[in-house]
Amino acid sequence: MIAVRPGTLAVLKPFRLAGASAPRLRLSTRHGALLAIAFLLAVGVGDAQAGPGPASILATLLKWTPLLAQGFALDIAMSFLAMGVGTVAGVVVGLGLISLRAPVRGLAWIVTQLFRNAPWLVMLFYCMLLLPFELHIGGMTIPLPDWVKATFGLGLPVMANVAELVRGAVRSIPFGQWEASEALAFTRWQTLRMIILPQCIKRMTPPWMNLYSILVAAMPLTSVVGVSESMTLTGDILSSEGRSELLVPIYLYLLLWFFAYCYPIARATAVLERRFQVR
Amino acid sequence: MTSPPANAIPRWTPDQPLVRIRDVHMAFGKHVVLGGITFDVMKGEVICLIGPSGAGKSTLLRCVNALVPIDRGSILVEGQEVNDPKLDKLALRRKVGMVFQQYNLFPHRTALDNIMMAPIHVLKRDRREVEALARALMRKVRLDGKESAYPGELSGGQQQRVAIARSLAMQPDVMLFDEVTAALDPETVKEVLVTIRELVEEGMTCLIVTHEMGFAREVANQIYFTDRGIVVEHGPPAEFFTNSRDPRTRQFLSQIL
Amino acid sequence: MTDLAPVWDWFRRLHDTTGINLTIFYDAFDRARFFNGFLTSLRLMIVCLIVSVAIGVVGAWLQGSRIWLVRAGTQGYVQFFRNTPPLVQLYFFYFALGSYLRMTADNGLQVPIVSGFSWAVIGLSLYAGSFNVEIFRAGIEAVPRETVEAAEALGYTRLEAYAYIILPLALRISLPALNNNLVNLIKTTTIAYAIAVPEMLYVANQIWSDEVNVPEMMNVLLVIYLLLVGVLVYVMGRWERALRVPGYTP
Repeated sequence: MIAVRPGTLAVLKPFRLAGASAPRLRLSTRHGALLAIAFLLAVGVGDAQAGPGPASILATLLKWTPLLAQGFALDIAMSFLAMGVGTVAGVVVGLGLISLRAPVRGLAWIVTQLFRNAPWLVMLFYCMLLLPFELHIGGMTIPLPDWVKATFGLGLPVMANVAELVRGAVRSIPFGQWEASEALAFTRWQTLRMIILPQCIKRMTPPWMNLYSILVAAMPLTSVVGVSESMTLTGDILSSEGRSELLVPIYLYLLLWFFAYCYPIARATAVLERRFQVR
Repeated sequence: MTSPPANAIPRWTPDQPLVRIRDVHMAFGKHVVLGGITFDVMKGEVICLIGPSGAGKSTLLRCVNALVPIDRGSILVEGQEVNDPKLDKLALRRKVGMVFQQYNLFPHRTALDNIMMAPIHVLKRDRREVEALARALMRKVRLDGKESAYPGELSGGQQQRVAIARSLAMQPDVMLFDEVTAALDPETVKEVLVTIRELVEEGMTCLIVTHEMGFAREVANQIYFTDRGIVVEHGPPAEFFTNSRDPRTRQFLSQIL
Repeated sequence: MTDLAPVWDWFRRLHDTTGINLTIFYDAFDRARFFNGFLTSLRLMIVCLIVSVAIGVVGAWLQGSRIWLVRAGTQGYVQFFRNTPPLVQLYFFYFALGSYLRMTADNGLQVPIVSGFSWAVIGLSLYAGSFNVEIFRAGIEAVPRETVEAAEALGYTRLEAYAYIILPLALRISLPALNNNLVNLIKTTTIAYAIAVPEMLYVANQIWSDEVNVPEMMNVLLVIYLLLVGVLVYVMGRWERALRVPGYTP
């Protein structure tokens, strides 16, 4: 989503997006600490509001944690699937974007623009409502449960973004590499396979990981279209408990779960970005 | 005489020029890069192209191995016409080796791999054979010991020598050198020039674009001075550097010598 | 709208002949409510755009503060909003915080003080703003200290140097990433659907529930969003080109 540009400006330094402030490690525990403090405060306030009688907020949250964990696990599973399928399809479309044949390029461009520029929620609605609830192939009937349709719906924007990543990475390889391999009589496909694409993988990894983070953060969207994952379950928990003072703590709790999963990915991405900095 | 089939490679004999360039024109849009270049390169000859900076000389080299198409004119490499839509580019490039100013080594493979890749994948030769050849070439360019180094770990001069070895591994008939020392530190320029001179002494046909006048004077059989896309003057080095006739040539030489 | 009646009739005929049901064109009621939905979406997008860019500029400035607490607080905000789902953030604002911000209306009922639209603006702006802070900070960091020193040697104060030297350069560098983020913001405004803000997707949902024309409405939505994004990309592209630094920007 956010592309880092290699240092192309003679005077200005390279544009490093993930930030280069040195004492990052110390900040991370402080963020977590701040979040935990906010959470505990919310719990405390909630408990004070509830008064004596009903179980404490913390106990309630702990009671529901296993259920929430199941929902969260579905979120992660869907994200893996969508990312996997989307990446494979995206590489194919990406190769189409750099094809020498104009019709192939044009088709790949249309696909990329269409799925990159459509809102993800609209994509989800599209897939949920317009895909059939079961597939009839050959003699078999394959049921398509909601979460499969949702995963497919999210895989499409992933595919388009990966295609754009591939195209950007291939374009960032210095032209001299193409010249040298052409001069050595490599075919275009050999050049791509052995020289260009291997060099692209390093460049693509940080933005690809960034894309995954965004995908995980988009998982709760599937609750809007009816998939029963962590967000839906949070709503169910709230309605079954019926306590308004649970609102703030439980949403903070859910936010904490996502933060705990996404933040390490963001840090790892930043580290990789620095290491793979294009000279 | 019946005309030969379109794809047949005409028989070439060493009494004909290895590279025959006739009236080559090439323009980028409105900008004329090559305005009618004509000369021959015989087998075993070394031709140096010198002249002010401008795309002409480097572009000419790229026209010879069909990296850049020409608008008009003819280039014959061992009798094979380059300006032919049915040209088998890969066959041509197996005969012509090119070394670039920016070395253009493949950074994700070791020096030895860089040299071995093309013979294995393009010429489809046996891996063990190619490895032996590659090691011999690294010894020849005086880089034995650096086989498993990555380009990023080598100095500019070392990288350029690996690039030369990489082209030599294809056993070409003619080598093109595009200002190969222009991007190097002065200390490393010499090691590359020594390598090229050894090649010349072994009889390799070379077309060299360079700014190194001393080197050109030493190795060249003919010097061609080009300016704004045409050959202004040419001659054997002894004559060229001392008795240049054209005022443009003399002005250029006075600026750099 | 009577002079556009032939256009609406064409759509009615389209429905009669081919079955493609685009009531938002030929039915006055649907037309009105879809148009309002479109306007709400547009308002949401524009307000969030402006506020998030403002947050980005202020946040990038705060990130350079000498007070540790300010820096840590800004970093905390950025990392929190970047690494949590925007939908959950929105629910948190609307349901959790919103439940506390109620007042008793004249008829005795509890009425929220902050409307759904306002919460959507707050939530989306804070979300997009967190990305903008990072983008602007990277842009500012790409301006070498030597340039700033040169400015100071010429007699610029720190504030003047920031306004005249650093900010213009940082803006030009940040523009592509900013453009990307603003496009994403436009797409993300659809999540306001979940808190019943009557934006385009929400209204489209109402319409297709009434008229049972899901495919047509979905396609219309897609086309409109693609057009909106296209317009933004075009405008930002023109701006990018107008701000190019000759000789430096590829």
